[in-house]
Amino acid sequence: MQPQEHRKTPARLALRLAFPSGWGWYVRLALLAALDAVIIPFLIQLLRDGQYVFFASVAVGVLLINIVSLVERAYPARYLLPGLLFMAAMVVYPMLYNIYVSFTNYGTGNILSMEQVIRQLEAQTYAPPDAPRYRYEVFENARGEMTLLLAAPDGELLVSVGQQVVPLRDVWGPEAVGLEDDPDFRLDVVVDDAGNIVQIGDARRLERRDVLQRLRSLQELRLEMDGVVLQMADASTFRELRPRYTYVRSENVLIDNQTGVVYTPKDGFFTSPDGERLLPGFRVTVGFANYVRLLTNPAISGPFFKIFTWTFVWAGASVLLTFTMGLGLALILNHPHMKLKGLYRSLLIIPYAVPGFIGALVWRGLFNTEFGQVNRIVQALFDTTIPWLQDPFWAKVAVLIVNLWLGYPYMMIVSLGALQSISPELYEAAYCDGAKPWQQFRYITLPLLMTSVAPLLISSFAFNFNNFTVIYLVTRGRPPIAGAITPAGATDILISYTYRLAFEGGRGADYGLAAAVSMLIFIIVGTITWFNFRFTRALEEVDHSA
Amino acid sequence: MWGHIWRHAVIWLALCFTFFPIVWVVSASFDGTNTLVQQSIIPIVPTLDNYRMLVREPRYPFFTWMWNSVKVSGTSAAISVFLCALAAYAFSRFRFRGRRTGLFALIMVQIFPQVLAVVSIYLLLLNIGRYVPWLGLNTHAGLIMVYLGGAIGVNTWLMKGYFDTIPRELEESALIDGASRFTTFTRIILPLARPILVVVFILSFIGTYSDFILARVLLQTNDKLTLAVGMNLFIGDQYAQRWGIFSAGALIASIPIVVIFLLLQKQLISGLTQGSVKG
Repeated sequence: MQPQEHRKTPARLALRLAFPSGWGWYVRLALLAALDAVIIPFLIQLLRDGQYVFFASVAVGVLLINIVSLVERAYPARYLLPGLLFMAAMVVYPMLYNIYVSFTNYGTGNILSMEQVIRQLEAQTYAPPDAPRYRYEVFENARGEMTLLLAAPDGELLVSVGQQVVPLRDVWGPEAVGLEDDPDFRLDVVVDDAGNIVQIGDARRLERRDVLQRLRSLQELRLEMDGVVLQMADASTFRELRPRYTYVRSENVLIDNQTGVVYTPKDGFFTSPDGERLLPGFRVTVGFANYVRLLTNPAISGPFFKIFTWTFVWAGASVLLTFTMGLGLALILNHPHMKLKGLYRSLLIIPYAVPGFIGALVWRGLFNTEFGQVNRIVQALFDTTIPWLQDPFWAKVAVLIVNLWLGYPYMMIVSLGALQSISPELYEAAYCDGAKPWQQFRYITLPLLMTSVAPLLISSFAFNFNNFTVIYLVTRGRPPIAGAITPAGATDILISYTYRLAFEGGRGADYGLAAAVSMLIFIIVGTITWFNFRFTRALEEVDHSA
Repeated sequence: MWGHIWRHAVIWLALCFTFFPIVWVVSASFDGTNTLVQQSIIPIVPTLDNYRMLVREPRYPFFTWMWNSVKVSGTSAAISVFLCALAAYAFSRFRFRGRRTGLFALIMVQIFPQVLAVVSIYLLLLNIGRYVPWLGLNTHAGLIMVYLGGAIGVNTWLMKGYFDTIPRELEESALIDGASRFTTFTRIILPLARPILVVVFILSFIGTYSDFILARVLLQTNDKLTLAVGMNLFIGDQYAQRWGIFSAGALIASIPIVVIFLLLQKQLISGLTQGSVKG
């Protein structure tokens, strides 16, 4: 509790709210300064890497934090901002990014940006057949650091300094000029009576057999000399490597230095005039290509429309089955003379409390065709077995049964609540008018129930529309649809199809196509919810409570 | 009389359906044969071996997964309760420009579950991980952050509704006595709103504990997995070989949740029926 102030006039109170004093203000300033100090170098780094969207998002977030903390008029925003930032970053931003990805070729083989691909390709080297060869000798000091002495074809001696190779006369002897970035750099070189160099700096020359023991680390060496790379060619020589590709920024083409072929960027790949593509590819926007593929390429659209239809059947049947069973049980439990009501309700509610993934995995075992318990019962009753997870039809029945088990308690709870809110007087009146039980249900219970339950049914539909857990854990979306070139199964719903496109494709991930599918789900779910708003009063609530 | 019997018969039929998997799982967890093939409803050789194996199996660290699940769900539920309470307090007590738009935006955003953007969330964390490794893919902090984002909408609405029922006079007198706004929030509103805080905490705990897809996509190494991902990996297609151990694990993983749920069913149900769907 803060120390209480004794001057309580409203004017002072207002003043206090507007200009808070005391140490709290300084603590806040210090925390803000610390935050900014951490974030600003990070922002600069993002800008350097060309991550403009990421940069802008973080910058706006931090700016908002600063404004809201410092400006007194933004006081309510201090309570809102923490939650809203998370929501913006983890819900809104991914949604918008999803739109962008659906218009790109993002996926296996096209993961990197064009800049990154150019950098990768330019790092590749090749050895021209006429590449000059350099004989070498190895020197090593007590710490195991190696220095190389190389002899160019024209007889000039070169020495390695770190990764660099420089002429020996630059760093030793009367004409020494040092290194480019360190003119005072000199090496002590010891020459023996026969005129052989035996020591460079603190590194002594190695005998031939000692050199052979170091071949592995010598092979990994890449030495640089005036823009060319030197690499070991065989046990006694190094040779020059040249960069394989050169990117010409002004013309936006990539030239192969070995063959002279000119590659131009096309559809996310550097492509030669005769259509050859360089790997890896890069991300580009491809317009509506993903949507067009989804709707017109028969090997993709065929399975897609099957999945599309099944998703609606699945969500609709799930709601219908769970609601029928839930309402039925609720009507029985709600009967005035029913005994053990509380116990029954608690027992029937249990599947709802079981984590969904456990229920799904357990049922998957029970539906096992060869030794599952379900087939044991089927065997005992009908003397046959059902290929639950192998046959498209029975696999669909199986997932619906599992979802009925998981979902009916919710409908029961909801219906019980709604039934209890219906006034008993209505039934008494109906009874006096001679209405039969069915008529009472049809003309009193159901309509009154529906007004409160309908919105919940619609949200249940929307929920099951994307009920990935049950589908994926019970059937993995299988059995596969024949002839599909994307991973697609008979029990796959749109969201599990999206997931498999993105993360389980046989030929790699296809984030672009996956994002396009989820965009379609966005639209469908949005439409469903729009209808829901016409039933529910959620929007009016905003008006009333505002 | 017949009506009675008929009603109880239907209930018992539903109970059979409800307990069918449960009975088999309980039985398998005590069955020494450890396979789906020979299992009988009452284990022929009752044993605790399956539970012992669960502790010992080194390649499938069940209790590490369980701890990961509890840690991730507990942390994200606790933080989200706090964030939602803050936001709900502002919506309930302050009058500011954009308030109605804000409330409206909360529902609109909530319409679209995060699952739909799972590809983008994956790519987002991949990118974040390049700069802040402890928030990237395969980190619990990253996963918690994703869950936090998804939990704000519905829960803020639930809490705002509750806060609206708390009389303002209590705070006003405290304000006159010199308490700051934030003090009235922590000292007056939060204690009075404890029932809804508990409900939101437990609902979001159960929600994240049961989540499969986000955890599956974002977590990668064995030691980081949550129960949902780990148990799916463990059982794979090996129902014939691992049924017993799996069943023991399934029971241990669900009993705490079921018990909490049954103990607090009244409060939880009222929260659930106001719009939150178990995910």
